[in-house]
Amino acid sequence: MENRQKEIDKLKDYKYGFSTDIENTRAPKGLNEDVIKFISNIKKEPQWMLDFRLKAFERFKQLKEPDWQKPKYPKIDYQDLYYYSAPKSMDDKPKSLDELDPKLLETYKKLGIPLQEQARLNGIAVDAVFDSVSVATTFREELIKQGIIFCPISEAIQKHPDLVKKYLGSVIPLTDHFFATLNSAVFTDGSFVYIPEGVRCPMELSTYFRINASNTGQFERTLIIADKGSYVSYLEGCTAPMRDENQLHAANVELVALDDAEIKYSTVQNWYPGDKDGKGGIYNFVTKRGLCKGKNSKISWTQVETGSAITWKYPSCILKGDNSVGEFYSIAITNNYQKADTGTKMIHLGKNTKSKIISKGISAGFSDMTYRGLVDISSKASNSNNYTQCDSLLMGNKCGAHTVPYIKNKNSESNIAHEATTSKISEEQLHYCQQRGLSAEEAVGLIVNGFCKEVLQQLPMEFAVEAQKLVGISLEGSVG
Amino acid sequence: MKEQLQKDFDNTVKNLNLSQKDIEIKKFSLDNFLNKGFPNRKEEDWKFSDLNQIIKKNIGELSFYNDYTYTNKVDTSEFVDGLEHNKIVFINGRIEKIDFDYEKKEQIEIIDQSETINKFDNNNSLSDLNNALTNKSFKLVIKKGYQLVKPLIIYHTSNSKIWSKNINLRLNFELEEDSSLRLIDLFNDMSEKNFFNIFYDFNLKENAILKNYKVDKQENKNIKYSFNNIEQNKNTISETFILSSGSNFFKSEINCNLKGEHSSAFVNGIFSLDNNKHHEIRTIVNHLTENTKSYQLIKSVLEDSSKAAYQGKIFVNSDAQKTDGYQLSKAILLNKDSEFNAKPELEIYADDVKCSHGSASGSLNEDSIFYLMSRGLNYNQARELLINGFLLDVVEKITDSEIRNLIKNMIGIKE
Repeated sequence: MENRQKEIDKLKDYKYGFSTDIENTRAPKGLNEDVIKFISNIKKEPQWMLDFRLKAFERFKQLKEPDWQKPKYPKIDYQDLYYYSAPKSMDDKPKSLDELDPKLLETYKKLGIPLQEQARLNGIAVDAVFDSVSVATTFREELIKQGIIFCPISEAIQKHPDLVKKYLGSVIPLTDHFFATLNSAVFTDGSFVYIPEGVRCPMELSTYFRINASNTGQFERTLIIADKGSYVSYLEGCTAPMRDENQLHAANVELVALDDAEIKYSTVQNWYPGDKDGKGGIYNFVTKRGLCKGKNSKISWTQVETGSAITWKYPSCILKGDNSVGEFYSIAITNNYQKADTGTKMIHLGKNTKSKIISKGISAGFSDMTYRGLVDISSKASNSNNYTQCDSLLMGNKCGAHTVPYIKNKNSESNIAHEATTSKISEEQLHYCQQRGLSAEEAVGLIVNGFCKEVLQQLPMEFAVEAQKLVGISLEGSVG
Repeated sequence: MKEQLQKDFDNTVKNLNLSQKDIEIKKFSLDNFLNKGFPNRKEEDWKFSDLNQIIKKNIGELSFYNDYTYTNKVDTSEFVDGLEHNKIVFINGRIEKIDFDYEKKEQIEIIDQSETINKFDNNNSLSDLNNALTNKSFKLVIKKGYQLVKPLIIYHTSNSKIWSKNINLRLNFELEEDSSLRLIDLFNDMSEKNFFNIFYDFNLKENAILKNYKVDKQENKNIKYSFNNIEQNKNTISETFILSSGSNFFKSEINCNLKGEHSSAFVNGIFSLDNNKHHEIRTIVNHLTENTKSYQLIKSVLEDSSKAAYQGKIFVNSDAQKTDGYQLSKAILLNKDSEFNAKPELEIYADDVKCSHGSASGSLNEDSIFYLMSRGLNYNQARELLINGFLLDVVEKITDSEIRNLIKNMIGIKE
């Protein structure tokens, strides 16, 4: 008991809240063509990439910031942000991990992500992104043997231009919404994954994002391509230091699954959520979209959202190939003054497509949580199915839980079922657990973990443990 | 449209004998409407039904002036047989008859409110249009403790004298303590291509009971919008039933404010559509205090290239603990061109609540058809039986047995 209490105390505060003192190279403040050219130049990008960025920027200038979302936020001055920040020591990229800045290594050690390959017991290949650049990718050789490409996207642009050219922007086009287009113009780094035909990726691939520098927006871009008959499981984790100002994070993630391929994408998002009074924290405005391009393909999103001041994202699946499958499993927890507007879109275009949505929302304190989702079965998507379940748990009457599903059925041979419930932890459940010797807090933790079980089960083992702990910590102090 | 509307407005006001102040209010509403125009799909509430487009496509140019100086003959053969009832008859938007023969005269008061405009505010331009152009508006007060012996049927009749017109209606109801009212809205349309814009306001005092049944059964090419605002105090019950079937386009909105403890609201609806019809029901139930209850059930059967949409919202205030809210929508799509859209929404700020919603849409269950056919029914009989059973579920929710039977007969559901 005492040990557990200690552990809780230790974890009570945002344990990733430290910042690292590392000299940075930054782009000049503000957003204009020169900054974009600066980014492109520093990344030694080919002309077509710069053109891509400039085209996006042209488009961006015509777009208006959306304001239909539930959580409102003070206007962001896009000219008052740095769009590129990189540790100075990365200017000349180190050849191996031994050459990495020891301070960087230490940072990742503090985060619990040892970059030294020998330190990995369970063989997860990690790509670590620090502010705007990818600092290290582990286990590369082993992956290359199988023909798998796992590298920073800036490297992929140089080494695998054909693949990048073909797929970048194919799922989230340049002309998409405000934040996605902004990302297309100024994205700095991120991961690139290509799994060749028929290969089953032997290990989990993982990216760890960290925002360190202040006043910096982080705009990373991830592109995952699973060629015919391949399989990959990809994990993503995020943390940021505690700062009083809000920081913007607007990433784009594109997934492409060809015939018979499967992509499993898991996120544990633990950006700094702001303090008890809602000061500071990350604005997490991310666009994630997967395209089931080939037949029999499958894309599955799993997310555990506990961090960020405002989370605003809808990981989506476009089910274009016949018999393709889309899945979305989500736990979103908001506490204190956090706000979340999250959910998914399942767009059925192919025949016999199936989708499943399981969403669990928990709100406590003064927070506000919205599930917003779209299920759209087009007239050509015969014999398609969707099942949606979204449950919300409320703790206290100062918080809110909302459900806003949009359901469109244009095909008479297809079925959609949707159900949603809202409830609280009942006195009986609490009483029962406490009677068995658990403290109120432990009882809540247990019940909430049970509430989330369906989603937690979807996570890869290593992440499931972390996520389970996070669920407990995030709700710390919300009962009693 | 603007010039036409301005001209028609001036003509309408000229005939009305209003005070300068009332004219000012009407002008203000008109300007609001002119600014906003008819609602379109850019507005969240009209996402599934773009009224602006629908009017353009089906009617074209509307005219807004109606000459109410002559009377229309009331055709008594239209009246419902086999059910004694009180009547209010609208013909082409003009009130032709108010008849409460079955009731005690002193218990019902009818107040002409045409000259004291009470504005209707629901953030949508159609209420502005209604405010600006309503001709006569009445308030019906049911006195304390009085329960109407017979139901009231409001006949919304129109004939071929009107064409491409906009008709605005407005009625207010006040149900004093312990009173009750059964109200049927019956749409009888012989006209084509008109736009009806109907606003009702109900105020339910303690223990009052309101039952409102809207029946849009007769085939017609009109476009209709109806908005019911229901204010509910302690221990009140409101029951709304909507049969949405006959018109080319019909959007019914129900807004319930559950302000008093132990008040409850029931909204049940049927879409039975074919051809190119496009109907929508939008409900908003606001649970504003403790121990309130709401229940909604909407079922749709969609043939040909018809379209139905249901937007239902349950809002629970942070004071409204012990709320019980339920919402279910089910749709059967019978044709590959038919379409069902739903947006069942929960917005909840209190924790000790029981709220849930469900929505399902799909095809007729082939297994059930097979079962029935193996028992000797032919395909069409089996299909009809299943559809009837599906819809009967909603009709059975009607608590008034006389009216339930009436509506069953209208739909042709046999038990």
